[in-house]
Amino acid sequence: MIATAIAFYLFAAITVASGFMVIAARNPVHSVLFLILAFFNAAALFVLMGAEFLALILVIVYVGAVAVLFLFVVMMLDVDFSELREGFLQYLPVGALVGIILLIELLLVLGGWLISPEAAGVAAAPTPAITDVDNTRALGRIVYTQYVYLFQAAGMILLVAMIGAIVLTLRHKPNVKRQVIRDQVARTREQAVENRKVEPGQGL
Amino acid sequence: MDYAASDVPAFLPALPEIILALGAMALLMYGVFRKECDARETSFGVLGLFALVGAVLITEPNATVHTFGDTFVVSGFTKFMKLLILLAAAAAIVMSLTYIRREKMDRFEFPVLIALATLGMFMMVSANGLISLYMGLELQSLSLYVIAAFNRDSGRATEAGLKYFVLGALASGMLLYGASLIYGFTGTVEFPAIAAVLETEGANIGTIFGIVFVLAGLAFKISAVPFHMWTPDVYEGAPTPVTAFFAGAPKVAAMALVLRVLFGAFPAMEAEWQQIVIFISIASMVLGAFAAIGQSNIKRLMAYSSISHMGFALVGVAAGTPEGIRGVLIYLVIYVVMNAGVFCCILAMQRKEGYVETIGDLSGLSRNQPMVAFLLAMLMFSLAGVPPLAGFFGKFYVFMAAIEAGLYPLAVIGVLSSVVGAYYYLRIVKIMYFDEPAEPFEQPMPGELAAILGVSGVFTMLFFVYPAPLILGAQAAVGALLP
Repeated sequence: MIATAIAFYLFAAITVASGFMVIAARNPVHSVLFLILAFFNAAALFVLMGAEFLALILVIVYVGAVAVLFLFVVMMLDVDFSELREGFLQYLPVGALVGIILLIELLLVLGGWLISPEAAGVAAAPTPAITDVDNTRALGRIVYTQYVYLFQAAGMILLVAMIGAIVLTLRHKPNVKRQVIRDQVARTREQAVENRKVEPGQGL
Repeated sequence: MDYAASDVPAFLPALPEIILALGAMALLMYGVFRKECDARETSFGVLGLFALVGAVLITEPNATVHTFGDTFVVSGFTKFMKLLILLAAAAAIVMSLTYIRREKMDRFEFPVLIALATLGMFMMVSANGLISLYMGLELQSLSLYVIAAFNRDSGRATEAGLKYFVLGALASGMLLYGASLIYGFTGTVEFPAIAAVLETEGANIGTIFGIVFVLAGLAFKISAVPFHMWTPDVYEGAPTPVTAFFAGAPKVAAMALVLRVLFGAFPAMEAEWQQIVIFISIASMVLGAFAAIGQSNIKRLMAYSSISHMGFALVGVAAGTPEGIRGVLIYLVIYVVMNAGVFCCILAMQRKEGYVETIGDLSGLSRNQPMVAFLLAMLMFSLAGVPPLAGFFGKFYVFMAAIEAGLYPLAVIGVLSSVVGAYYYLRIVKIMYFDEPAEPFEQPMPGELAAILGVSGVFTMLFFVYPAPLILGAQAAVGALLP
């Protein structure tokens, strides 16, 4: 039990600290790297709660795809981030106000649960206990069994969106030079090299 | 909580949809991996696929089956509607065969997108809940937006696609807002459950708001006034076979959805929605009749014609009786067949320099192509509702139902606007028969167009001889829709 508590405080502290570093770091590449660290620690927190599927999805989708995409964008775009940072003090009051409002709302929600612990039970679909059903199976039942028709229909809609985007925008330009390895390898010496007799003083 | 085999929903009732989805994807793969694949090959592929799906549909039993946790329903009604949609979509593909080669939009995705739109329409017809309704509607609409802009090098087609997309997205938003209100005030998204809740608790103001917004979204899809603004522009700008497709199958699917929503989910609130339907119906009939008079482009004219025809079909919905719904179904069948014939004639209006689409180009057609002119004249008489052609019977059944339901003002306004509408249909006949001949069109018209025009003309002229199969089929479908 004590080991779980230690692990929780460790991961939670690192998450908060790296979250702060995301906005505090001078170098934008460092910011993205801290973001990845925050994702990893959040995934560890999910594992501690028994939500192993969400933890893996967080690592695969957010770290594997989204954060790497951020990294590419940050490294490829030539944006002077130190200039963007100059108005920091100017925007601080508004930002702090938004933050405080969010904090109050969170406290209200948590306070509601503390005052009446039975409130979570009256939701339309209460979450079953973690010992009854593990979350991978629960998600699978909902997505692939209960709502399989709607899930597949959504897939068809995305397919049509993809076909539409390609049909309406893809153009095969005839005079674009492409590298075709097969043609390059199949070229013989006769096709590529030509011997010419050059007369002295005349050139070609 | 262990995994039980009984949790897995039954897939068999959705067999036509599954075949259609897999077939469309297979044809897409075929087109991508085969070099230099043109639309002709995938067109025939999609037609074969439609034939297979049609065969599966016909052999399905008529019993009402619910599956996928009550979000999907199959019955005699869905079977009738799906067969009609399949017929209209297949006709649209056949009609596009020559056009897309001449207009340089010969790409294999075109028939595949029509197949996917048809899949969306099937899902709309079978929807038994608000979520599945929206999924089907979005799949269909998204395919239609792309098809409207398919001729991407033409400014008009791109404009049509963009207009359709922006206004369609707005309509989808309204529909979703209404759906969320209905869910909030009834606590469920499945139609039978909504009906049960309203039966016990009665109507409340939130649900009425929800119905208004849902009906606004659906009225956009059937292009009923006051949500018709997109129709003339999109019909005129889109390539002609695409317009022919828009005027047929999607209207049938959206009308089926209107019937499903109103009679599946809200039978307890008929007094509330009846006023809305009556207003939409009158507005569509009157605007369609008067606004079409000044048109010179035949595709725009057909757009206003389809607006007024949807108004006539809604007369049957407003009646709210089994006879009224039967009238709607008969009306839709006759409308789809007449429309296919007229668009065949429009697609045959080509000269050496390309396709023409003004009404003046038809002048003197009776001397250049007497047979085509005769059939088109018959179709125009039928659209105007002149007995004993098929169009008259479509109107007859819905107006009879309205009179039996006591909606005399609605029926009277309908007949009067039908008389006004006859003016512009008959003007086309007059131009074809009594005006000086214009430069003739290229002859002969392509074989597939001639075949569809012939079938449509014969159906229109000889419907009164043996109408029993259609009436009995519609009767059975209505029996399956109303519990």
